[in-house]
Amino acid sequence: MSNLVQIAYLISSILFIIGIKFLGKTKDARKGNVISAVGMLLAIAATLVNLDLATFPEMLAAMLLGGAIGLYYAKKVEMTQIPEMVALFNGFGGMASLGVALSDHFLKTQVQAVEIDTVNSVSIIASVLIGGVTFTGSVVAWLKLNGKMSGQPITFKGQHALNLLLLLSFVVIAVFTHLYQADHVYITLLVGISLLVGILIVIPIGGADMPVVISLLNSYSGMAACATGFILNNNVLIVAGSLVGASGIILTQIMCKAMNRSLMNVLLGGFGQTTAAGPQDGPQIVIKEVGVEEAAMLFDSASSVIVVPGYGMAVAQAQHVIRELMEQCEKRNIDFRFAIHPVAGRMPGHMNVLLAEANISYDKLIEMEAINDDFQNTDIVFVVGANDVVNPAARTNPASPIYGMPILNADKARTVIVSKRSMGKGYAGIENELFGYPNCLMLFGDAKQTITKVVGEMKEMS
Amino acid sequence: MDTSSLIILIYVLVLASYLGFELITKVPPTLHTPLMSGSNAISGITIVGALIATSELGFTTLSKWMGLLALVLATINVVGGYAVTDRMLKMFKKK
Repeated sequence: MSNLVQIAYLISSILFIIGIKFLGKTKDARKGNVISAVGMLLAIAATLVNLDLATFPEMLAAMLLGGAIGLYYAKKVEMTQIPEMVALFNGFGGMASLGVALSDHFLKTQVQAVEIDTVNSVSIIASVLIGGVTFTGSVVAWLKLNGKMSGQPITFKGQHALNLLLLLSFVVIAVFTHLYQADHVYITLLVGISLLVGILIVIPIGGADMPVVISLLNSYSGMAACATGFILNNNVLIVAGSLVGASGIILTQIMCKAMNRSLMNVLLGGFGQTTAAGPQDGPQIVIKEVGVEEAAMLFDSASSVIVVPGYGMAVAQAQHVIRELMEQCEKRNIDFRFAIHPVAGRMPGHMNVLLAEANISYDKLIEMEAINDDFQNTDIVFVVGANDVVNPAARTNPASPIYGMPILNADKARTVIVSKRSMGKGYAGIENELFGYPNCLMLFGDAKQTITKVVGEMKEMS
Repeated sequence: MDTSSLIILIYVLVLASYLGFELITKVPPTLHTPLMSGSNAISGITIVGALIATSELGFTTLSKWMGLLALVLATINVVGGYAVTDRMLKMFKKK
């Protein structure tokens, strides 16, 4: 590899780092993304310059095909579907690393007929394992997120024992792969086990834990790229891969902390299945309903409102009418803000993107720690499509599965209005005792339709 | 691979990971979704490996076809990842 190419890779690495640095500030974030893209372009250009381009037409065709698919998906995807897209793309990243690892293995064993040294062998095998797990794990996460597969955890007897057995056999077969390199049956088995393990580790994880899973798979896709860097002795792959790996791990930790669960607890899965305890031993919840007109009057006479959005808001596509509600309130000089729980939505930061799409200024979106003390001085908290993140059982009921999870103190407000389709349970399948509180009013119906009516009433008042 | 080049690669891995932790802890929660899709695009760096894997010789070996598959997928990641991140970040406005 020429020095010039190495220098280009170095500059690419720096551009990735600066790009991520810029992502830390909302006003510079878009610039950061462009800087990172330039880094990628430079890395691709430098690689091409250095290569024997005998197969350039095929390469170009592959890149045009991939580019067209990527661009089409990026333009078409709805903001509610971003978690699915990220999940699927994590999988593509994993599969690409697996492909490169296999390609290198076959090149050395079949074409060049050279011995693969231990370091290289370990790198190839690591890349196969991480890449394969990332691919099928991401595909399962994608299927769960887009509803093609039930969000319910799938568990069976001996699941963990099976996983352990598979990993042990992976190690044994990995040794054979290195010892008998020309025999492709071993590497094929490794690929098969990796793909199977990916499926097995994601199926027991419930839909509500998907933010953790996507973050973790994001990290894996970076680690897979890293392993590929070790195969090819290439620094830019290692730098970029470890940045992504670190990013995914940090997001995973944030998500786990926000749910008061350990990563192990999430991965072992089955959460939300044991919901028998709870309402039966407590008093029957008596709820109070509120109509559209009355809700409009309550908003009209309030001086401060905090909206707590959840995934239900996204499903009902209610974010745009909430902006109209905000405009009506701001016309009346009502302080109007949003409280964002870290695990609201299906991936980290999902609510912020949805509200940004509805043209709501990002300085209106307040994080949990910053807003939690303000609820007690707030006239109305409007909960739209959120459930578990405002369930006071997390503070009060040690028997609840979500006990200890940090929640938004919505119940402390003078009045809580909950927009909800019906009296169903939250995504985690747990009863919410907030709905029975004396200061809580239920506004039943499709969020988009009811809020549109509330806004209509408010327009008539003014 | 000889030991000295392996050690250099490990150096790079450790330092870049540490830098990654430092940088990403500072990204505000508002930007976590674009951060994730943006880092998704960065993980498409495997495209470099895929390009190397598809160069030279003709498409007669399994090795080549694996490289080509990787190239298509990595390009989807890179192009789709950056495009969707840009689309999202364009919407973040302060009024």
